[in-house]
Amino acid sequence: MSVTTAPAGRGALQPAAGPRLYHPTVARLTYRALLGRRRALLLFLLPLLLLIIVSAVRGLAHADDSTANDVLQGFALSAMVPLVGVIAGTGAIGPEIDDGAIVYLLAKPIRRGTIIFTKLLVAIGVTMAFSAIPTLLAGYILNGNGLNIAVAYTVGAAAASVAYAAIFLLLGVLTRHAVVVGLVYALVWEGVVGNVVPGARTLSVQQWALAVAQKLAHGDVVSSDVSLATGIVLLAVVTAGATWFAGRRLRSLKLAGEE
Amino acid sequence: MTTISIDNVSRWFGNVVAVNDVTMTIGPGVTGLLGPNGAGKSTLINMMAGFLAPSNGSVTLDGAVIWRNEQAYREIGIVPERESMYDFLTAREFVVANAELHGLPDPAAAAQRALATVEMEYAQDRRIETYSKGMRQRAKMASALVHEPSVLLLDEPFNGMDPRQRLHLMDLLRRMGAEGRTVLFSSHILEEVEQLAHHIEVVVAGRHAASGDFRKIRRLMTDRPHRYLVRSSDDRQLASVLIAHTSTAAIELDLREDALRIQAVDFAGFTEFLPRIARDHGIRLFTVSPSDESLESVFSYLVTA
Repeated sequence: MSVTTAPAGRGALQPAAGPRLYHPTVARLTYRALLGRRRALLLFLLPLLLLIIVSAVRGLAHADDSTANDVLQGFALSAMVPLVGVIAGTGAIGPEIDDGAIVYLLAKPIRRGTIIFTKLLVAIGVTMAFSAIPTLLAGYILNGNGLNIAVAYTVGAAAASVAYAAIFLLLGVLTRHAVVVGLVYALVWEGVVGNVVPGARTLSVQQWALAVAQKLAHGDVVSSDVSLATGIVLLAVVTAGATWFAGRRLRSLKLAGEE
Repeated sequence: MTTISIDNVSRWFGNVVAVNDVTMTIGPGVTGLLGPNGAGKSTLINMMAGFLAPSNGSVTLDGAVIWRNEQAYREIGIVPERESMYDFLTAREFVVANAELHGLPDPAAAAQRALATVEMEYAQDRRIETYSKGMRQRAKMASALVHEPSVLLLDEPFNGMDPRQRLHLMDLLRRMGAEGRTVLFSSHILEEVEQLAHHIEVVVAGRHAASGDFRKIRRLMTDRPHRYLVRSSDDRQLASVLIAHTSTAAIELDLREDALRIQAVDFAGFTEFLPRIARDHGIRLFTVSPSDESLESVFSYLVTA
């Protein structure tokens, strides 16, 4: 056997770079894990379902602006975006923590905040790619971007993607049941409570995103319970807060359990 | 010269004390961390690796606290016990990624050196998910060595390895130790530790049971009182002859089991004397069975020795 290791000791290696927010290797590992076979299938399934639904609506009935609004809000923004966010956000870190592979990231001279921020960027990118782009396509299929509805919901979906990615990434760090908790949150809070209970609407990512969409859509077909300023501020606060807390928790993450 | 110091460290999980007031120093060379399953070895290694905070005490690397200190990983290489890696990568991609994460100036060259060290070049372009356990272990080793750390921590590295892979890894670790690196590996198998480490640290039930030269501790283990269960054609006569010999300390006639329970104080003398005396007195031995040979009982003896 040939051993080619250099003599041990400090100073044999020079660190290449100082602290940074984004690490390309962390990003590469994250998106390759995220876009693995089963997860990629799930990610493709929801946008595909949206496109099948809007094609059917368009084919079977006359799709007016109101129908476009109903489908984009009722399915795209309130179901598809949070569900894609669950898959991408929790998937960006949860499985690595569960199976222990995260040890290969944590046992490196990299700030935990860098790992979280990089994973967040990947999760946002994937959520946007699999929710905002299909939303745009669906909007064009439904009413050809009449009243700017397709663009408005696309930007709304993109804004929601950022917040959902951060929330579900945090869940991935906090709990081993992140997918279940995320699904309950996405379907119960965002899907039901956020649509039905008036007070809860203010605390719904969907409503914040709707505020953005409302601003961009012409006419009054899109409406939100919160103002644009409130929506943007809450989106920013939740995203920043969840990211900060995820970094903090990752720093204290105890990998080892009992023997 | 890099040293890991564990000072009065305890770690508990809820009501369970996994590590109880342990103090030890791990210096250059190969050190074996020996103890039965559940003794607290992994908990100790995880604290040394910075993956677990001690509930009490401190774990330091050349004086710097390891917990929450990312810069410590410039000096530490870790081979975890868990199998999970980034299985969708090839070994080469995996080790290059580790080199990049360490911020090495030429990750590809560093990865190539590490893969050559563990002799994994022949399979480096296969996905890790297709590897055997031994191959995985070597890929993990390559990832731990890629930044040429001065400390190498290995948690049960020989688990699941075939004899050839085992010898290969032992040879590699010996060389690492000879180069002046601080190499610590855990094992619950006495023979593994015996072959590799001169210095051992023994933990039993979360406590630091023994520390020092392996041969001395091995002798202590061999010379401890042994208990045997013996059945023969004439238990009473055998008992009367044995009790007169200095190798035995106590003999009990167990009527229920129809056997003798013997406590021997001189292992070598007793094992040589018993068959000879039985032959000389025409006594046939039906059963000679050590009743306390479990690793746990051997280690427990060390705690009180």
